This record gives sequence, structure tokens and C-alpha cells, in this order.
Amino acid sequence: MTITLEQTIAKQEMTLISRMLRSQTFWVIIAIICACIYLSIASSAFLTPRNLFNITRNFTFTAIIALGMTFVIISGGIDLSVGSTLCLCSMVLGVTMHAGSSLEMGIVYALLAGLAVGAFNGYLVAFLKFPPFVVTLGMLSIARSIATVVSQNQTVFQFGPDHDRLLALGGGSTFGLANPVIYTIILAIITALALRFTRFGRYVFAIGGNEHAATLAGIPVRAVKIAVYCLSGLSAAIAGIIETGWLGAVTTNIGTGMELQVIAAAVIGGASLVGGAGTALGALVGAALLEIIRNSLGLLGINAFWQGTFIGGAILVAVTFERVQQLRSRD
Amino acid sequence: MPVLELDSISKHFGAIQAVNNVSLSIEPGEVVGLMGDNGAGKSTLVKMIAGNFLPSAGQIRIDGQGAHLAHPIAARRHGIEIVHQDLALCNNLTAAANVFLGREARKGVGVLSYLDYPYMYKRAGELFMELKSETRPRDLIKQMSGGQRQAVAIARTMLSKPKVVLMDEPTAAISVRQVAEVLNHIKQLRDQGVAIVLISHRMPDVFTVADRVVVLRRGRKVADRRIADSSPEEVTGLITGAIEQV
Repeated sequence: MTITLEQTIAKQEMTLISRMLRSQTFWVIIAIICACIYLSIASSAFLTPRNLFNITRNFTFTAIIALGMTFVIISGGIDLSVGSTLCLCSMVLGVTMHAGSSLEMGIVYALLAGLAVGAFNGYLVAFLKFPPFVVTLGMLSIARSIATVVSQNQTVFQFGPDHDRLLALGGGSTFGLANPVIYTIILAIITALALRFTRFGRYVFAIGGNEHAATLAGIPVRAVKIAVYCLSGLSAAIAGIIETGWLGAVTTNIGTGMELQVIAAAVIGGASLVGGAGTALGALVGAALLEIIRNSLGLLGINAFWQGTFIGGAILVAVTFERVQQLRSRD
Repeated sequence: MPVLELDSISKHFGAIQAVNNVSLSIEPGEVVGLMGDNGAGKSTLVKMIAGNFLPSAGQIRIDGQGAHLAHPIAARRHGIEIVHQDLALCNNLTAAANVFLGREARKGVGVLSYLDYPYMYKRAGELFMELKSETRPRDLIKQMSGGQRQAVAIARTMLSKPKVVLMDEPTAAISVRQVAEVLNHIKQLRDQGVAIVLISHRMPDVFTVADRVVVLRRGRKVADRRIADSSPEEVTGLITGAIEQV
């Protein structure tokens, strides 16, 4: 029987399974499962409800920002300022609530601060064509400095009339799940839907794939770029609010070095730093793997100084995986 | 009635006269090969039709009506589509996503509107059928051959039922076998009544697919010949200046 043109066009090249096997996220999930199985055998402390509760909560701060960062990375950019933005937003929340603001208003101020940082980054990148790396590197320094000025380098641990509500927001739990985990799941679902089913999501991928083509197709490239940095700033603000609620105090050190963890999480989850690829699930999975590595070193009694080596190794393995796929698809 | 008419079009950039008093008219379903050496004014002429810049003098008419093409979107609204030389495709997206790039089909209203994947796959598949191209709407561009990429770029122009399609060197960077494929796409497009301006350096392509050949030299039109009345030798002479004008 001859194959008609119609059948050729309708044919699906890849089945679900073969697509899964090619996805980096899938292999990271496998790695996490293997690690969990090994840890539950090697350490009696791993599978305790207490430890699982801690792991799932600890990974959320990185995961939430990694979701925002995923937009930026897909668009072909990078945001190094997220750690400092988190600090600034936490400080804005802390200082305004300490001065008597309600929890709601404090959250609004913190979100506005994150949005402002993102809009500033995005404007310089989109309109003045500054390299994202340099713009956000500058902002990394600026945001933390402003946070220090705002707080007079004091630790804030009194959050005014709504003190207890803030602590419940970040430190409480619902149905046995830490509250931050619930927020993370909701944000991840929104991110996944936005990336796959909205025109905005499609534009972010198009800009990361071929910015010139996106411009020629009439896509509002500059507006989309500003939007992705705003999302990144907002995600840092949300993480900052939640982390403040969990810690019950804000210092000017909060979020130091976090940008690297967040980028590592996104990259391990399959986002490509050249742009055009990344998923919400990948960001979660990457952040989860980092937390498992951290947790397991503690449980297995390995010196914590080795943590960086293992995390760095995970990043290199992830990049190797991406590289192998590229070479294979070139053949 | 001609679908596209250029009436004594000129364009100068400062002291440089890029296009000088060129007139040209194209009927629906006609393929016109636009030839000339580098710097002869081909790109400038096409960019004026595509709305990239306005002529310094002269008028462009579409379906007999004067058209002011100040922006590529204005040209697109008049039914003029362009296939860029570098194709302007996103390698990380599917064929269907590229066909609909910038004009995504959506369902729902306002904030709740979402991309209509089934429709876009179906419609892209239909366009590839019309082009008789073995291109699958769900495949990523980076997995595709040069000919398939051309099909995607051409299918994109067909989304809006265009009147005129401008093609900038569509066969410059692909293998011999794929050239035949692309020339077939051009014929399919022509058979649907679309007027096509084909910019090409490749003599055989123009003589295979075009009805007429227009030769530019130093911004001036030096020939406008029916393919049947011309020969590659004559056109080469016209391009280089060995033959002054016909």
C-alpha cells in the first residue's frame, strides 16, 4: 500500500514514551527517585514525616524563583538580581509591617518593589539593548544596597499588628503540607499553563528561539521582554514574603547567592541558557534535586563543605545531557 | 487588471540613487523573476513593496488603488506577504507554531483565551497539503530539511490568502533536490492565483518557474521580457551590462 501525502503529514513522529525518554526533566525525576530509595535505605531519618516536611518546604523558595527565572531564560535572558531582589522585597515587607502596615498592604508593597526591580531590568534590556547579564549584575548590587539602606542594616523581627498572620502564612501548614509547598504548586500550575497555552508564553519561546524572526512576525518583543523580567522580580518578591513568614525575621543577608541556586535549578530542569527551552515542571524538579542533595549530605554524615561539589556536579551532568542530545539531533 | 503596479518608483538614500524610475506591473497568478547583480536595487525595490520604506517618488498601486505602505503591517494588510531570505523561523518551535507566529489562533475570551492547538495543527496540515510538501505540523523546525523549512515559510504567507508574495532568494542555501521541491511550492502558490515576485541569482530557477523576467542594473529597469522570448545568455548579458538594454 502506498502512503499518501495526507498520511505522512498526519503522522506523529514521536510517541509519548520516546518523547519522555528524550526529556531531561524525566531523567532528573528518575535521579530523584533513585536518590530517595537509596536514602530511605541508608538513613533511617530520611523517610520520617518531619524530614519530608522540611525537604518539601525548603525547596520551595528556590523553586518559586526558578519558575520566574524560567520565563527569563526561555526568552534568552538571565536574571542575576533575584537573590538581592528577594532581600529587598523581604525588607520592604518587614519595614512596612513593623511600622504598622497590615499584612495585605505589606505584601502589596513587597510585590510592587519586586515589580519595580523587574521593570527596571526589563527596560534596560529591551529598550536600551543592554546585555541582561550586566544589567542584572548591577541590580544584584543595587537591590541589596537599597535593602540595607531601608533597614539601616537592622534585623527586623517585629512585624507589627499582623505579626502572627505573617508567620502563619510562611510557617504554617495545611492538610499536612507546609503552606509554601501549596503556593509553589499553585504557581507552578499557573506557569505551566501560561507557557503552553497563552499567546504570551508562545511569544517568550519565539523570542528565545529567534528574536529577529519574532520581530518580523510582528511580536511586541520589547513589551514581552519587560514582562519576563517583571515576572522574575515578582517571583523573587513572593519567595521573599513566604521566606520572611517562615523565618520570622529578615536580615540583609537573606537570599545571598540564591541567584546561582535558582539558575542551577532551572538548568538542571532542562532550561537552556541560549534560550528557547524550559518548563515549569523542570524548574520544580531542578530545585527538588538540589534540596535532596543538600538534605542527603547531612543525613549521610558527609561534610557539608562538599555540598558545592555535588551541586556543581549535578549542573555539569545536566549540561552534558543537553549537549549529547544536541549532537545526536545533528546527525 | 494587474494586482500590483509600480508607477515610476524611485528611491534615493542621500546622494545614492538606489532605485531609479522603475515601473512594473504583475497580474494575479503571474511569476516574475527579479534579477540583477549585487547592488542593482532588487532588495530596495522589494523592501518598498513590503513596506520597509516608502519610495522617494512614484506610486505603488494594489488592485488599481494607490497604497501607502509605510510599515510591514500595512503591506500585510494589503495582502502582500514576504518570505525572507533567512526564512525568519524559530528553530525551537513546531512547524504549525511558525506558520501562525504572530497570528496565533485562540479560543475563549480576554484573559481566559488560550491557544487553539487542534485548529492550528489542522490548518497548518492543510496548507502543507496544498503545497504538496511532506511537512508535519508537529515537527520542530530544527529537525527539518531546507526544503521543508521553505515550505513552512511559504505556508505562513498563505494563511491570510495573499495577493502578492515576495520571495527573497528562496533557493540560495538549499540542496539541488530541495530546489525542485521549492520551485514546486512556488507553482502551487501561483496556481492559486497569487502573484509572485521571485528574487534570485539562479538563472535555471527563474527560467523554470517564472513567466517574465525583470532585470535591474544600477537602479534602473533594463529589461522586462517574457521568459519564452528570452534566454539565459541574454539575461546574463543584461545583468552584467554586456547588453545595454532591450
